Amino acid sequence: RPKTKRAKRFLEKREPKLKENTKTAMLIKGGNANLTVTEVLKDIYAVKKPFAVLYKKKNITRPFEDQTSLEFFSKKSDCSLFLFGSHNKKRPNNLIIGRMFDYHVLDMIELGIENFVSLKDVKNSKCPEGTKPMLIFAGDMFDVSEEYRRLKSLLIDFFRGPSVPSIRLAGLEYVLHFTAVGGKIYMRSYKVLLKKSGCKIPRIELEEMGPSLDLVMRRTHLASDDLYKLSLKEPKALKPKKKKNISHDVFGTTYGRIHMQKQDLGKLQTRKMKGLKKRPAEKSAEDGGVSPKKSKSA
Amino acid sequence: MAAVRVEEVLAAAEEREAERRRSVTVEKELELEFDLGNLLALDRNPPAAAAGLRGAGPRREALLRALARDNAQLLVARLWELPAERAGGAGGPVVARLPEPAFRLPREKPPPRPRPPTRWEQFARLKGIRRRKRTSLVWDEQAKEWRRRWGYRRAGGDPARAWLAEVPAGAHPEEDQFARLRREKRERVARNELNRLRNLARAHRAGPAAPLHPTGHQSREELGRAARVARLSTASLGRFQPRLPKEPPELPSRGGAGRKRRFEPLLGNLEAERSRQLELLRDMGSKKPALDITRAVNKQMRQEDAKAAAAKGKKQSQRGKRWRRQQRVGRSGKRSGARRQQQQQHRPAGSSSGDGKRKKA
Repeated sequence: RPKTKRAKRFLEKREPKLKENTKTAMLIKGGNANLTVTEVLKDIYAVKKPFAVLYKKKNITRPFEDQTSLEFFSKKSDCSLFLFGSHNKKRPNNLIIGRMFDYHVLDMIELGIENFVSLKDVKNSKCPEGTKPMLIFAGDMFDVSEEYRRLKSLLIDFFRGPSVPSIRLAGLEYVLHFTAVGGKIYMRSYKVLLKKSGCKIPRIELEEMGPSLDLVMRRTHLASDDLYKLSLKEPKALKPKKKKNISHDVFGTTYGRIHMQKQDLGKLQTRKMKGLKKRPAEKSAEDGGVSPKKSKSA
Repeated sequence: MAAVRVEEVLAAAEEREAERRRSVTVEKELELEFDLGNLLALDRNPPAAAAGLRGAGPRREALLRALARDNAQLLVARLWELPAERAGGAGGPVVARLPEPAFRLPREKPPPRPRPPTRWEQFARLKGIRRRKRTSLVWDEQAKEWRRRWGYRRAGGDPARAWLAEVPAGAHPEEDQFARLRREKRERVARNELNRLRNLARAHRAGPAAPLHPTGHQSREELGRAARVARLSTASLGRFQPRLPKEPPELPSRGGAGRKRRFEPLLGNLEAERSRQLELLRDMGSKKPALDITRAVNKQMRQEDAKAAAAKGKKQSQRGKRWRRQQRVGRSGKRSGARRQQQQQHRPAGSSSGDGKRKKA
C-alpha cells in the first residue's frame, strides 16, 4: 500500500487502464552478444527513445526455453515489448522481437540479421529524436503467411510510437519501409524531403538515413488463437457512442429522425386567408345556438 | 479565330496541370491500404523487380528506394487530403487531424475490471441520490471575496478565525472545548480512513475473476476451480461424472443451502435427533411470533424505495438532457426564492378554499 503521493502515482501508472500508455520496449543483450547485435540494439534504442530502455549488462537467458527472466524484467520496468540480441555458431546475429500481455509473453519471433548498416555509417542528416515514423509494408508475403502477418503486427506495435490526435504536416520526416521478398525482410529507414510540386501535395524525395537491416525469419513462438483474441479485446467504454436517430447514406448525406406526437390537422396554424375567416354569425350557428356571452342576471 | 485561340489556351493549361500532377502521382496495380491513424500504408503488390532484388549491391538499394519513394508519395498524398487546421492560433503550425487508428493491435494489459460499489454508492443507488456538481469557489462573508472550497486560503478555514468555542448547554463547565473539537476532528478523520480501507478491502476481496479458458499460467486453485465448473456443466450437474482415484467424493451442498437436499441417515445420531426435537417443541411453545414484523416492514420499504428510484431514474433519462437541466436550474436558480414566496402566499388562500369545499361534501 503506497505511503506517498509519488508512490501512488507510480502504481497508478502501471495498473490496467481504459486508454493505455504508449508501449515501451526493453532492449536486452544475451550471454554472448557480438558487436553487430550490440550496434543494432543501440540504433533501435535511438529510434525508439524515449519509449525504450537499453540494458547495458549481458543477461544469460534463453528466451525460447525459459521466459521467466523476461517476464521479471517486464514487470520491473513496465515494458511490454522486448528485443533480445544474441550470437552463437548455430544462430549467428540473432534477434528475438516479442511482446507481452499482462506481463506474460504473448508472441516471440526470432530473426537473423544478414546485413546491417548503422546510423553512424550513413553520413547524412538525421531527424530529431521521438519523431513518429511513417510505416510502409510492401510485399504480398505479409498477408499470405500467418507468421508474416504476426510479424507485421509486431513491427507496427514496436515502431508505432505514441497515438496522437493530430500531426504537424511539415514534421513528417521519418519513413520505415519493410519489404518482404525472396524469403527475406528488408528494413530501410529514410528521411523525407518535401519538395515543391505544382499542386498542394508536395513531391517526396527520400534520403537514406538510419539503420538498415536485412532479416531472415527463424523460429517463432506465437500465442494461441484464443489468447490472442483475448488480448485484442477492447472494453466497451472505448467504443464510440452511437448517436440515436442519425443515419448516413451512401452518398454521405446525414439523415435525422424526429418523433412527433399525433397532431390534429384541423387545428393547424396555416396562413391567414382573410376571405375564409368565419363570421360571428356562422360561428354561432356551428355551435348550435349557445352564444359565448353569458346572460346577465338581474 | 478567337475561338480556336481560346481552345488552344485551355488545352495548354490542362497540359500544364497534368504535368504538375504527374510529379506527384504514382501508378500501382493494386491500391494500397491505408491506416492514417497509425501513419501506416500496406502495399499488397508483389514487388515487381524481384529478380533485381535478389542480387546484392547498390542496384538493390536503388530499387528498394524507388519502391519506398512511390509508397511514401501515396501515403503523403493521403495525409495531405486530411482536414487541416492551424494549431495554437493563427500563427501556429499547420496540423492535420488524424482519424482513429484502425489496425487492431493487442493491448498491453487486460482491460480494468469494474470495482464493486462502496457502501455509500450502494445506498445512493437505492435511494436514488444523484451527484450534484459543486462550484469550486465559495463566497466568503468575512473576507468579502470568492475563495476556494478547500485548499490554500479556503473560505472559513483560517484557524485564527475560530477564536471562540461556546460551551454547549449540556456540557461539563470545566471541559476544554478546543480540545474536544480537536479530538472530534481526529475521530472523524480516523473513521473516514477506516471506511476507505474497508471499501478497498471489499474491492480486493471480490478479487480477480479467473478466466475459465487456459491462459498458460494459472495456479493450482484456478485449475481446480475450472475443473469443478467443467464437471458441473453436464446435464445431470456432475452427479454421474467419473472421478479420479484420489479425488475426494462429492461434497455435501454448501451452507444450509437446500434444506430439501440434506439426506442424513435416519438412525444415526441420537443426540442430534433429541436436540432437534426439543428445539422444535421450544419454538412451538414460545410466545415470540415467527415473523419479525419490523424486519419485514423495513425490507418492504427498501424494495419500494429501490423501485421508485429506478423508475424515477428511467423517467428522467427518457425525458432527456434538456428537461433535466431545466429541473436543476429551476430548483437552484435565483428565481426559486421568489417562487417559493409566491407558493407560500398562494397556498394559504388555496388551502382554505379547499377545506371549505371538502366540508360541504
